[in-house]
Amino acid sequence: MTVFRENKLFAFYTGLVVLIVLLAIFAPYLAPQDPMAGNMKLVLQTPSAEHFLGTDKLGRDIFSRILCGTQISLFMALCLVALIAIVGTLVGVLAGFFGGWLETILMRFADMMLAFPGIVLAIAIAGILGGSVVNTILALLVVSWAKYARLVRSLVLRLRNQDFIQAAKIQGAKTSSILWRHILPNVMPMVVITGAMDIGTMMMEIAGLSFLGFGAQPPTPEWGLMLNEGRQYIQTAPWLMIYPGLAIFIVVAVFNLWGDSLRDVLDPRQE
Amino acid sequence: MILQKLVSKLSQMLVTLVGVSFLTFCLTYLAPGDPAAMLLEAGDTIVSQETLDKTRAELGLDKPFLVQYVNWAGGVLHGDMGMSYSAKKPVTDKLLEGFAGTLTLAAVTIVFVLLISLPLGIWSAVHRNGWQDYLVRTVSFIGVSMPTFWLGLIFLYVFGLKLGWFPIAKSAVTAQGIVLPALTLALYMSSKYIRQVRTVFLEELQQDYVVGARARGLSERAILWKHVLPNAVLPLITLLGMSIGWLLGGVAVIEMVFSWPGIGNMAVRAIAMRDYPLIEGFVLWISIVYMAINALVDLSYVYLDPRLKKEAH
Repeated sequence: MTVFRENKLFAFYTGLVVLIVLLAIFAPYLAPQDPMAGNMKLVLQTPSAEHFLGTDKLGRDIFSRILCGTQISLFMALCLVALIAIVGTLVGVLAGFFGGWLETILMRFADMMLAFPGIVLAIAIAGILGGSVVNTILALLVVSWAKYARLVRSLVLRLRNQDFIQAAKIQGAKTSSILWRHILPNVMPMVVITGAMDIGTMMMEIAGLSFLGFGAQPPTPEWGLMLNEGRQYIQTAPWLMIYPGLAIFIVVAVFNLWGDSLRDVLDPRQE
Repeated sequence: MILQKLVSKLSQMLVTLVGVSFLTFCLTYLAPGDPAAMLLEAGDTIVSQETLDKTRAELGLDKPFLVQYVNWAGGVLHGDMGMSYSAKKPVTDKLLEGFAGTLTLAAVTIVFVLLISLPLGIWSAVHRNGWQDYLVRTVSFIGVSMPTFWLGLIFLYVFGLKLGWFPIAKSAVTAQGIVLPALTLALYMSSKYIRQVRTVFLEELQQDYVVGARARGLSERAILWKHVLPNAVLPLITLLGMSIGWLLGGVAVIEMVFSWPGIGNMAVRAIAMRDYPLIEGFVLWISIVYMAINALVDLSYVYLDPRLKKEAH
């Protein structure tokens, strides 16, 4: 709690993040209407008291859809960041701690993934596998883990020769216990900071893939997909593309601010 | 020494290209659909099994997977990337067609990026922690958090539809049509760039030579333009190189929003139509371009930084 008292700004951003998470969890109960239920009598209604942000081509309430979309966007982004962090940490620790041919192979592979624009391959993977929530996460995971692997490996290399690790080795500690009790706890803070700062970016990439049609599929109320559907009605129903985009912007901005301030709190050396 | 570096760099690039193309090839091989049928079927024509088998043999699709990959890679080395199913044209032709559009868009975007981010980044650095700095930083933060495709749609709505200043959905490379997509991309990239320009200039402004120049009574303006700017060029070129690579590969969303006839738009359509040779060609081509640009950036260092030249010899 003292962390919050000493860092007012971080406390504020954390509050906003908690608010978004709560909105996501309780979205189905808070939404005034069923986000999936169409009504052909209410197609493309302008925003009104009844339909706060208007309705779409199937007469579905945009406000309810955006609210429920929070759940999907947040869930996808958090899953993705967690998976990337786990895979990247695993590869980085294996490469950094054991070295040798394992390190050569893993790091060559990581270098390969970093040597060309990931989003191109992500589009190809998600597109060829067919658009779905799982395939989007898979595609972005394949192209994003390498950054974490590099980071973790460099941290492990620095740790490996430090006295406390050597001491543990001399005492006859098992390799697995050295990894779990000494290496991982020292690596985690940097991984968490990097992960927290990446949530916003990942959310944007997920929405981008959905916007292209390679992510969530209709009738899922996903923000990128809603923008894609709204694009066709830009002339007659601009609210279809304005509000989902605004939702992405707000949530991404909050997570970016939170990630930056988390870094400032945990790692005050950097500017 | 320099030759050794070049060879290791080139071999690393080659390994990456083989890896990336192999990965895409695996994906397309595992994906559903018969390429021979897709190549032959146009509209509703029904193709006989005999013709199908013949085409399959001609294309080498009856061979084992690895043989197919080696054949394809061999073709690529001779400049032949196969036939696009959807366009019934060589993949290389389609790629070059789309690439021309993307290249034009990238060039105009880079000009916009420099025009926006250099002055603002320098302004922000010079007035560190002043209101100018906070203003620029806030605006750049907003820009970073804004999805490009949303910004693009808003521009399209406001400047294309409401005000009618720019044409919408022309699907052709025109001077008027390029303004909105380039501006959208430039605003997003500048938001990242401004911060980096600011950091680079802040670092340079704290160097001893700046203190020395001030002590000799040089005007702030002269220090900035004659002394700091040339020193800041090098890190800026790296950034620029990286963003050019990103522009050439990652702008599919913007090309789609503005119906710009570029390579990203082409790739999205190719994926929707399951035009596998075109997808493989696209991924390979973008990887080549991206790595070539990065290599050029590395090389430019040797020429721009005399210290490195000395080391290399």
